[in-house]
Amino acid sequence: MWRFIGSRLLQAIPVLLVVITVTFFLIRVAPGGPFDSEKAVVPEVKAALEAQYRLNLTLFQQYTAYLGDLSHGDLGPSFKYPGRSVNELIAAGFPVTAELALYALLVALVIGVIAGVLASLKPNTAQDYIPMSVAMIGICMPSLLLGPILILVFGVYLDWLPVSGWGDSPGDKVLPAITLGAAYAAYIARLSRAGMLEVMSQDYIRTARAKGLPEWQVVSRHALRGGMIPVVAFLGPAFAGLLSGSFVVETIFQIPGLGRFYVQAAFNRDYTMILGSTVFLATLIVVFNLLSDILAAWMNPRLRNQLRAQ
Amino acid sequence: MTTPEINDVAQAEQGTSLWRDAWLRLRRNRLAVLGLTVLLLFIFIAAVTPWIAPYDYAQQDLELGAAPPSAAHWLGTDIFGRDLLTQIMFGGRISLAVGFIATAVALLIGVTWGAIAGYMGGRVDAVMMRLVDIIYALPFMIFIVLLMVVFGRNMLLLFLAIGAVEWLTMARIMRSQVQSLRQQEFVEAAISLGLPTAAIIRRHLIPNALGPIIVYTTLTIPSVMLLEAFLSFLGLGVQPPETSWGLLISYGAESMEEYPWLLVFPGLALTLTLFSLNFLGDGLRDALDVRGAKD
Repeated sequence: MWRFIGSRLLQAIPVLLVVITVTFFLIRVAPGGPFDSEKAVVPEVKAALEAQYRLNLTLFQQYTAYLGDLSHGDLGPSFKYPGRSVNELIAAGFPVTAELALYALLVALVIGVIAGVLASLKPNTAQDYIPMSVAMIGICMPSLLLGPILILVFGVYLDWLPVSGWGDSPGDKVLPAITLGAAYAAYIARLSRAGMLEVMSQDYIRTARAKGLPEWQVVSRHALRGGMIPVVAFLGPAFAGLLSGSFVVETIFQIPGLGRFYVQAAFNRDYTMILGSTVFLATLIVVFNLLSDILAAWMNPRLRNQLRAQ
Repeated sequence: MTTPEINDVAQAEQGTSLWRDAWLRLRRNRLAVLGLTVLLLFIFIAAVTPWIAPYDYAQQDLELGAAPPSAAHWLGTDIFGRDLLTQIMFGGRISLAVGFIATAVALLIGVTWGAIAGYMGGRVDAVMMRLVDIIYALPFMIFIVLLMVVFGRNMLLLFLAIGAVEWLTMARIMRSQVQSLRQQEFVEAAISLGLPTAAIIRRHLIPNALGPIIVYTTLTIPSVMLLEAFLSFLGLGVQPPETSWGLLISYGAESMEEYPWLLVFPGLALTLTLFSLNFLGDGLRDALDVRGAKD
């Protein structure tokens, strides 16, 4: 097991290095510097600014200096918000995004697993068709459409829930979480249905039934564990999707999270902020992919024994 | 479908019956047929839009402003008094074009990459697929946003950027197909007859791996269209004066409380297209009996 985790960790390092390097050089070849807008800057001021942001060094020196800072977690100063570091901006935005992604993941898991398992227990009946049709709608209805529609229906016409903000008034986290989680609930429903159907036809389920276990115990104690492996393996990619999905949801609901900062930084050409958040988000995504792989391997007894034997 | 055949004629005959079989199976799937019909209709409308659009694309009627659907403007007008149906028709041209062209880019890169890796095997394969694994682990969406920021927001780049991240699964599917095909006698026969590698890949491997590729392509188009809508919604994709469904939805969302039709109709157009493509893709998967292409 430890060897498996170790080798996965080793594989993650080159991925991160690629992300950092590609992002760094992509941003440097971008047309237009961050201070181009100020037309008549005194040469001395410009030189001082450039020195402060290390723009006077050669590209390679900048790169190694950035890697050096990064090695102790320093993402550098923001170009557009003088006096604030990228670390501070991320520290301000990320907790909000993480909370939103967590709620969305909970929505997706609870709804998705229940719908998928129910569908798999009576395949090709109404209990299967209805949740799976709803799931198809969930997959085809993008968050950028679902969000405004939910606002219109529950916020404006019915006036049940607040339409924007985060933590300002009770209930304002409900619609964003549903908007972000809906598509993932749909995917998880399809994955858990397929996973459960596969497991339910296996010998050990027949054995469990043969020894007289009631059906709900067969499902909850034997089938779920195997049937949920695809769902667990999907959690890593789902988390990555939730983080980037938060770009749109945070824009729709005016939530001051990292996604919105990132989009604003993209418009402002705040290069250090873009670079810093990309590195930060990429690291998170790599870590979560790793965790979901390890968890999925651990849940699969065949793979687990194989890893243990090594 | 992979029964070994040396004789080209026999292979061609067998191929025809396979596709006819698949077509018959597809025709029995009502949802897939509906999807195909809607899709063909939308593509046809997009193709002839410049001639059949009810109004001029840029024509404004500021006095009229945003008006609900009426006999003159079937889907209403936006805040500048522009006909919404015309906007949706022209926006659909862009949305569909992004979907199909970016998918074609992905298809081209992915199939070539996977075929070469699978055919060469050994160290070449290991290096090529390791690269795919690395790119897989990158945060796609963030990367596309980054590309759009760095290189400005032009349409060609949008096609390339989306295509460049969507080819990975295609490469994996193609590689596993080619690996299993490579072991078969008709490929060995072709090799011993001295056919050049490129010709073997083109004439024997790609045609035999077509089923999974078609299915996956059909399912890639909707995810590409979603990406385009996502970027345009954020203001990083299609730029005015061009328009797309994603951009129309983002305008609609801004004024939906007063003028809900500006959100509903473009949203309906996008959702209907995504539905059609997904139904068609699922239907094709069953008809061509492709397992595990995407679930």
